[in-house]
Amino acid sequence: MAPGVATLRKDPASAAAESEAADVALAASGDARAFERLYRTHLARVHSLCRRMMDADQADDLTQDVFVRAWQKLGTFRGEAAFGTWLHRLAVNVILGRRKALAVERGRQSSEPEALDDLTGPVETPGMTMDFEQAIGRLPDGAKQVFLLHDVAGYRHEEIATMLGIVVGTSKSQLHHARMALRRHLD
Amino acid sequence: MSDNWTTRLSEYLDETLPPAERHALAAHLSGCAECTATLAELRRVVAQAQALEDRPPRADLWPVIAKRIGAGQVVSLEPRRRRLSFTVPQLLAAGIALAVFSAGGAWLALHGRRPAGPVFVAGTAAPPVWLSAMQPNYDRTVAELRGALDESRRSGRLDSTTVRVLERSLATIDTAIAQASRALALDPGNLYLNQHLAETMRRKLDLLRQASGITQRT
Repeated sequence: MAPGVATLRKDPASAAAESEAADVALAASGDARAFERLYRTHLARVHSLCRRMMDADQADDLTQDVFVRAWQKLGTFRGEAAFGTWLHRLAVNVILGRRKALAVERGRQSSEPEALDDLTGPVETPGMTMDFEQAIGRLPDGAKQVFLLHDVAGYRHEEIATMLGIVVGTSKSQLHHARMALRRHLD
Repeated sequence: MSDNWTTRLSEYLDETLPPAERHALAAHLSGCAECTATLAELRRVVAQAQALEDRPPRADLWPVIAKRIGAGQVVSLEPRRRRLSFTVPQLLAAGIALAVFSAGGAWLALHGRRPAGPVFVAGTAAPPVWLSAMQPNYDRTVAELRGALDESRRSGRLDSTTVRVLERSLATIDTAIAQASRALALDPGNLYLNQHLAETMRRKLDLLRQASGITQRT
C-alpha cells in the first residue's frame, strides 16, 4: 500500500465491538440466534463468576438464570456501557439475589471469623496443595465476595458497598483480610 | 511490623489512602522490612487475582436456555459453524438481492399478513430502544467507512465499474432501510420489522466492510 493512503479496514477489537452491538440489537428485537452468539462470547466469564461466588455445583443453574434474565432485560440495555459490562453487573445481581434467597431459606448468616481463622491456619497436607482459586473458595462469604468483586472483577469499593448493602469501610476491611489470608496460597 | 500500618497496606496498594496517611505509611515502609515484604505479597495476590482465567462449563448450557426463553425452534450454532467464502461479484450480487428482498419484506410486513410469532406490544411511535442505543455508533461507523470509500474512489484505487456496482447496492440497501424505518414507525412493536431493520443495517455495514477489503487488496 502506498505511504499515507488511508485504509478502510478496522482493527479487530473495533470490528468485534460493532459486530456485538449488532447482535445486541438483533437479540433485543427477538433474534435468539444473535442472543446465542452473545451467550457463547460471554459464557466463560459469567460461568466463572457464578462458580467462584457460589458453590461450583450451582454454577450451571445460575449461569442459565443469568442469561434468561439478560434475554428478558435486553430491552433496558441502552448502550451506555459495553454489553459485557452490563451483563456482568446483571450476573452479580442474579448471584446476590440467589445468595440472599438461600440465606433466608437456611435462616442463618455466615460465621465469618471462624471461617477466616480456618483459612489462615495451615492448609497444606502432605501430597496436597490448595491452589489459589480453591483458596478463594474457602474464604468466608463476605471476604470472598468483596475480593472477587474488587480484585477479580474490578469494581470499586463504593459500587461493592452498594451491591452488598455494606459500608465502604467494611468493604475495604474485608478485602484486606481476604488478601492477607490468600498470601500463603501464592504460586 | 506495626498492626496499625499493616491494616492500611491494602489501601496503600490501591492508592485510596488520604495523601497525609500515604506519605506517613511510605515513610514507615522505608524502615520496615516486614511491612515491605507484606506489601509485596499483597501486590502478588492482586496480580494473581487479575490473572485468573475464565473457564466455560463442561456441558453446553444453551439448549436449556433456549428452551427457557421460548426459542425451542432455535438450532444451536455450534455444530453448524463453518467458514464461508465468497467472490467479490457474489458478494455484490448478494447485497443487491438481499436489499431487494428486504424491501419487499418490509412492504409485506406493513401491508400484508403479519408473520406468526411473538409480537411486541405496540407502544409509542418512538424508535425502539435498541435502535436509539446503537444509532450513534452505527452512523459514525458508516460515515467512516463511507469517507474512506470515497477517498479510494477519488484516488483511483477502485475501478469505476466496481464503484458503480457498490454504490447501486448501497443505494438499494439504503432504500430498504428507509422503508423498514417508515414501516416500523407505524408499527413499532412488530417483531419482524425490528429484526428486518437490524439485519438490513447490519448488511450495510458488512457490504461496506467488504468494500474495504477490496480496497485494501487493490
